[in-house]
Amino acid sequence: MAEKHETDAITGTATTGHVWDGIRELNTPLPRWWLWLFYATIIWSVGYWIVYPSWPLVTSYTTGMFNWHSREAIITELDALKAQRGPMVAKLAAASLQEIVADPQLLEFARAQGRPAFGENCAPCHGAGGGGSKGYPNLNDNDWIWGGKLDDIAETIRHGIRSSDPKTRLGPPMPDFGRDGRLKRAEIETVADYVRSAAGLVTDPKADLAAGKAIFLQNCVACHGENGKGNRALGVPDLTDAIWLYGSEKAAIVDSMWNGRAGMMPAWAGRLDEPTIKALAVYVHTFGGGEK
Amino acid sequence: MGDAAAQPANQPPLLKLVRDAQVLPRPPVTDLPEPDDDVPLYAARRHIYPQRVHGTYRRIKWIVLYLTLGVYYLLPFVRWDRGPNAPSQAVLVDLANGRFYFFFIEIWPQEVYYVTGLLIIAAMALFLMNAVAGRIWCGYLCPQTVWTDLFQTIERWTEGDRREHMLRERQPWTIERLGRTGLKHFLWLMVAWWTGGAWVLYFADAPTLVKDLATFQAPLVAYLWIGILTFTTYALAGHMREQVCLYMCPWPRIQAALTDEHALNVTYRYDRGEPRASVKKSEALRLQGQPAGDCIDCYQCVHACPTGVDIRGGSNLGCIQCGLCIDACDAVMAKIGRPARLIAYDTELNIKRRQTGERPFVRIVRARTLLYAAIIAIVGAIMLYTLATRHTESISVIHDRNPVFVRLADGELRNGFAVHILNKLLQTRNFVLSVEGLSDVDLRVPGIDGDNGRTVVVPVGPDQTREVRVLVSTYQALPPAASVRLTFWITDPATGRRASASDHFRGP
Repeated sequence: MAEKHETDAITGTATTGHVWDGIRELNTPLPRWWLWLFYATIIWSVGYWIVYPSWPLVTSYTTGMFNWHSREAIITELDALKAQRGPMVAKLAAASLQEIVADPQLLEFARAQGRPAFGENCAPCHGAGGGGSKGYPNLNDNDWIWGGKLDDIAETIRHGIRSSDPKTRLGPPMPDFGRDGRLKRAEIETVADYVRSAAGLVTDPKADLAAGKAIFLQNCVACHGENGKGNRALGVPDLTDAIWLYGSEKAAIVDSMWNGRAGMMPAWAGRLDEPTIKALAVYVHTFGGGEK
Repeated sequence: MGDAAAQPANQPPLLKLVRDAQVLPRPPVTDLPEPDDDVPLYAARRHIYPQRVHGTYRRIKWIVLYLTLGVYYLLPFVRWDRGPNAPSQAVLVDLANGRFYFFFIEIWPQEVYYVTGLLIIAAMALFLMNAVAGRIWCGYLCPQTVWTDLFQTIERWTEGDRREHMLRERQPWTIERLGRTGLKHFLWLMVAWWTGGAWVLYFADAPTLVKDLATFQAPLVAYLWIGILTFTTYALAGHMREQVCLYMCPWPRIQAALTDEHALNVTYRYDRGEPRASVKKSEALRLQGQPAGDCIDCYQCVHACPTGVDIRGGSNLGCIQCGLCIDACDAVMAKIGRPARLIAYDTELNIKRRQTGERPFVRIVRARTLLYAAIIAIVGAIMLYTLATRHTESISVIHDRNPVFVRLADGELRNGFAVHILNKLLQTRNFVLSVEGLSDVDLRVPGIDGDNGRTVVVPVGPDQTREVRVLVSTYQALPPAASVRLTFWITDPATGRRASASDHFRGP
């Protein structure tokens, strides 16, 4: 038995008696409190089973003492955040859009509120930065089909365009001149040439602009006006500026005339609360194209 | 096997060797001990009762203790006037507003790299201390040592010095013993509680927080942190003590790898001390002209040691080099009329030199100490330079990613930017924002009226950052090249200071 507690000559340390291929294991014992600490952590972990949801059961799981749920924890945090923002949101609700823009603090808050609301609700069509795409207007430019003042933008967001909202913005849709046979293909192409030339775009020198103008005056002026400037009250676009919702190429214009256009936007009143709609209107207005 | 025997010539050499090899049984290992699974793998703690000492190093330790604890407990109450727009606490970590105040220095979150510099300096200072005199950090400056020292002083005051304490522990519980032990734990907890209390004061206005804590108006997190630090201080300084140094702290291991033969470590000068004998016997030997050591084996050095080390065994992982054994030994040497410093800050090298009759020497200036000092100096100089020349304003620009550019109704091009303007001064400044790079541009900030498209005055509050949306349009007849470099400038007319940031104007 004495040889069991053999002492290593070089280090003066006792050995455990374990030997592998002639290599003896020195016994450098851990402090006992370390062991107790280890047991304590195991006991501590049991506390988690009691307090938090942990063990899976056949159809459910152990819920823990306090019925804690990560989803509810997030809801609590969100509520706390809402409560923290409460006073500013109340200010936003009380102020007019003009007052919001005039107050730097409110403007900053409205833009900060508008950014995530835009990302969640508007970006799918209008793009993350409101850059738009074919058929979905770019909100950064200064061409507004239904008006670019703060109140115009808010109104459009609230009630939508050709939406199911009873107060929706409703204008005459672009008729499908080609499909319903009102104009022939050649006539439509002639008008397209004329529209492009009137907008200052390059046209085929052989195009018969006079004939195009004649057809334009007969069919288009009712909505687009004699000079093609459009009509915001009815949501009729300006045909003379540099912005083309569906493209300025001849083919795109022909397409619009042949098949017609009736762009729509959903109404957001009821889906978004009024402070959020106001924040969105301010956010969109400050993209840079907003009108005074 | 039969095939192999029939065609031996065709066999590959290796296979042949294997086939021919004779497998012998391994010779039995005879001198092995029986495997013993009953060997204790966990050691019980040996309680240490460090004896009180007087002397040079004890005095140094007292001074360091007063200084470091004094700074720790009182610094939050030191005031530093920064004007009305900033807190007036000299040292404050303002987590809510993301600011760190240190007297005249204010650090923003993006300047936390200063902490990197501080960490480098701290590491190098530790290495330098180690190269000069071993673990003096451990022995004098480490919070674990300082608080343990304080707690042991309380223990000696309540339960008595080493012998008295040991004696008392062997006796049954009496009212007196209970009272003494109770008082000790009460005082420990008070110190621990005040340690946690001082900690939270660095994170809020100290006088206000003290009042709030006392009236139970302080935030829950403050009480929580006080609780945590009360517990850790009480546990680590009161109960864990040397166990922290022996088992928990990584520095002794790193230190052992960094030391060299010239570092002045607490050393038992065995050239003088050995052979050990009692005072009388040594004197008798000396009279006979025979070698006699100065060590009288009184164990005062061991009894004084806060980690329970016998320094006479040589360099030791448990030794924190506090020098208390030097004081203990010096007192004994004085009593027996032998020269002091049988134990001293010395090197093994010098012991060997003395043994061979050479002159001992101390070499503090060495390659490594010079290198550490140089690194400290360089990093410190870089930090000072950047601190002294850092700007009180700055601008950064982010180009809109979608859309990259906008075509307006009359054909002009516009780019949108998010511009952040920093004002590190403690008063509001009106920065004039302008842009360079395009000859004919229009600069606008939604919400702020500008100067007809050329400049916009952006007010930025004291010690704040402001983000503004900046729209840059060009009236040039032809669209600019796909990308034109733009430089945004902010100018503070009051001080004339400027800052700029560059981005690009992008077109189709």
